[in-house]
Amino acid sequence: MAAATPEAVESRIVEALASFGPDVEQVTRTATFEELDIDSLDLVELAQIVEDEWGVELKGDDMKSLKTVGDAIDLVVARAS
Amino acid sequence: MSSTERRGCALVTGASRGIGAATAKALAADGWPVGVGYNSGADAAAAVVAEIEAAGGQALAVGGDISDPAVVDGLFSTLEERFGTVLVLVNNAGLRRDNLSPQIKDDDWDAVLDTNLGAAFRLTRRAIPQMLRARHGRIVNIASVVGLRANPGQANYAASKAGLVGMTKTIAAEVARRGVTVNAVAPGLIETDMTADLDGELLKVVPARRPGTPEEVAACVRFLASDAASYVTGATLTVDGGMSA
Repeated sequence: MAAATPEAVESRIVEALASFGPDVEQVTRTATFEELDIDSLDLVELAQIVEDEWGVELKGDDMKSLKTVGDAIDLVVARAS
Repeated sequence: MSSTERRGCALVTGASRGIGAATAKALAADGWPVGVGYNSGADAAAAVVAEIEAAGGQALAVGGDISDPAVVDGLFSTLEERFGTVLVLVNNAGLRRDNLSPQIKDDDWDAVLDTNLGAAFRLTRRAIPQMLRARHGRIVNIASVVGLRANPGQANYAASKAGLVGMTKTIAAEVARRGVTVNAVAPGLIETDMTADLDGELLKVVPARRPGTPEEVAACVRFLASDAASYVTGATLTVDGGMSA
């Protein structure tokens, strides 16, 4: 399992979110999921990617509290450490 | 890329006999490596695997009580290791404990709901994340005409099967845009071990005037699992000789 450095987590999460539709330049730390048109199913898939990559399990309530790309990155880095 | 060119497999629960066995063979004939799920019928499941292999297909018997969540995870892990992602899930395992409602005991209610509906949900929940990532998946729930039409003496069974229909529609809507379809097949009176004790009087309400065969149900599951059914989702296909018409 890869080390969950902040840089590695950010890179993978940005890549995953871009694969759901938005242009990669739009996927910044401050961008909200609403602005990016990332919906709940996308976040379920993101949770699966995070679990596969770093063994971090994100539950439904965790996902509901996320508003921005930065929120997701920070949560995964905190849980992985 | 067609279904069978993808690296993945099918899991059919309750596949040691009846509709499940016929479905496992039908999916194997379409090129899917198949997990033949069973609970108590190890020998019968091994026979289904042998038949599939003799026909040139791939299969693996995977046993356990799927009302136990740990067993569900184990079945998937075993198949993922051997054949890759489970891209076709057929929730077929089921049981009946018939009685008129005042005489259905809590144990009989719980056991039927937990196996027929609860286990199907847990299997589906385990399968979906990988299907989403693969942008392809087929889930077929074996419901029953009894979930759509009254049959006195089966309140628990009917509730579980009607529940499957509702679950099918809801999950279908949740995952449709990822290429994952979720459908139900609702068999009527089918000649299997499970229906061997049913009264022949039931045939009078079947317009076709004969019971169906497991192969006739399996043919519908095979279609719903195929690429040809890519725009069919949230549907319940009755296979009942006109019983619910």
